Amino acid sequence: MSEPARRPPAHAPVVRPAPFRLSSGSDRVFQLVILGLASVIVLIFVLSVYQLGRESWPALRASGLRFFTERTWNPVTGTFGAATMILGTLVTSLAALLISVPLAVASALFVAEYAPKWLANPVGYLIELLAAVPSVVYGLWALFVIAPVLARWQTTFFNPELYPERFALFTRCSALWAENQTSLQCLFVPNSAAGRGLALAIIILTVMILPYTASVARDVIRLVPTDQREAMYALGATKWEVISRAILPYARAGILGGVLLALGRALGETLAVAMVIGDSQEVLKSIWGNASTMASVIANQFGDAQEALHRSSVVALGLSLFFLSVVVNFLARLIIARLTPKGIQ
Amino acid sequence: MSAVSRGTPARPRARLSPARRFQNRLMGALIALATALVVAPLILIFVYLLREGLGAMNLDFFTKTPAPEGETGGGLLNAITGSLTMLAMASVIGVLVGVAGGIFLAEFPRHPLMPTVRMLSDVLAGIPAIVMGLVAYGLIVLYFGFSGIAGALALGFLMIPIVVRTTEEVLKLVPLAVREAGLSLGLPQWVVILRIVLPAAAGGIVTGVMLALARVAGEAAPLLFTAFGNPNVNLDPTQPMSALPLEIYRGATSAYDENQRLAKAGALLLILIIFATSLLARRASRRR
Repeated sequence: MSEPARRPPAHAPVVRPAPFRLSSGSDRVFQLVILGLASVIVLIFVLSVYQLGRESWPALRASGLRFFTERTWNPVTGTFGAATMILGTLVTSLAALLISVPLAVASALFVAEYAPKWLANPVGYLIELLAAVPSVVYGLWALFVIAPVLARWQTTFFNPELYPERFALFTRCSALWAENQTSLQCLFVPNSAAGRGLALAIIILTVMILPYTASVARDVIRLVPTDQREAMYALGATKWEVISRAILPYARAGILGGVLLALGRALGETLAVAMVIGDSQEVLKSIWGNASTMASVIANQFGDAQEALHRSSVVALGLSLFFLSVVVNFLARLIIARLTPKGIQ
Repeated sequence: MSAVSRGTPARPRARLSPARRFQNRLMGALIALATALVVAPLILIFVYLLREGLGAMNLDFFTKTPAPEGETGGGLLNAITGSLTMLAMASVIGVLVGVAGGIFLAEFPRHPLMPTVRMLSDVLAGIPAIVMGLVAYGLIVLYFGFSGIAGALALGFLMIPIVVRTTEEVLKLVPLAVREAGLSLGLPQWVVILRIVLPAAAGGIVTGVMLALARVAGEAAPLLFTAFGNPNVNLDPTQPMSALPLEIYRGATSAYDENQRLAKAGALLLILIIFATSLLARRASRRR
């Protein structure tokens, strides 16, 4: 991750025009070539929006705003509503974020504040390597290693028939909803599909987005001025008091940026999730149940979509995902680039 | 806090109340534990792949294509050649546009288009890989069918923002005086940039390109409906091609033991390549 505050201001390396320019013609050609190649970036963005917009237009015209509120996604009847996938994306991403942020910040504190140098460097390396592991490899590992564990766990610990007392609290809390299968106890109803489902997707997403938050957090924690720490140590504060009252409040904005960056990753994460989430369009009932996310539906269905409306609806999911992740990433970068230096100074 | 600051602490350690000392120790232990939890998956994955995949990495693995469903034997030669071909093509796009974009952002900061290019390259960095696959599908596959070119295009698009960012940052590290020295000798700006500034920043740019390659080498999502996959060795970029991540995906979700075995060996090979690349890149960038 970059270290925004150390970067010189945007206008630093301005090359002042030399007074005696001998070959301004060739300079102009060079500038045009560079500009032309750089505008490919603009072109890619414009083409992406155009392409996704054009292909998803039939679906959006057919369903209108109901595309985002309708819960049924059924290629056979031609009903396409993305509500459950949007919900699936948000639930998996936010849950993964919730679990990973404390862990990531803690590991960043360990690397930046606690560990001696001989340990800090290797641990930092390992966390960066965690970001380099490809999505499919995470998916493979989750399928072959974690899924069997979860499956065994569900049939023992979380089996309401074998252990009704473990669900007594939930049952009492929600006795009113128990009949229509949406009570809280249903949150833990086991799933027969070999451990795949929402919970596994959340676990694997948590691991995948950890390094993004961790490395941004580590960078901003290192940027907290030493005075800040020393002043509090001089007052007799303990290490934890220094961290919780001087370092974390200072690094807050930067860490938030890292969290949003991780959220952006989680929203668009595809294959690992597609492999483990179970690919089902049913409304989320149990955390062990099958579900789907926008990205997993694109991966699983785009290749097989024969019908024009089906294909167009899948692309419409892609368009929504595109805008969602652009907004989240943009906010993240804005915060990392602007807020951090201001908070530090 | 105020109670502490009023007195002059002769022996600060002794003033620490047991509660505060306990809290400090507890949080320290929790932080160490959390760090262990963060690092554990990486070690577990690596050990798992070594144990499961190493046995399958024999000569056949590198010299044969996958056996038909249900049969034993075979290797991932089609995926290895496909990955190499597509990565080579992708890096042409990624390096050309990425380095040019970096030069544009670092050397022409007053250009009216500069804020747009910077913002859009940031936006591109955030587009999910699978969406890039949809875009490449619409641009190429819709008209020409599944092909290695379409896959390479999607991967190249994904490389661009990483290369742009690292190029811009290393170019800005080259002192202004170097540019001024060149210009004061009467050299045109393009000679200064191409012959003086770029060579000075070459190490950093190569690092950025390697990191970008390591990043896209593991992407399977954008290849699902662009390169599509191919059970045979194919070096013709206008035809469907396989890639390591694609074969890992197919194998891992396959019901056949043999495909799963190949997928695990493929995953081991892939992360070994990726780890080596990123460690080399990082080592190179740290030495400077």
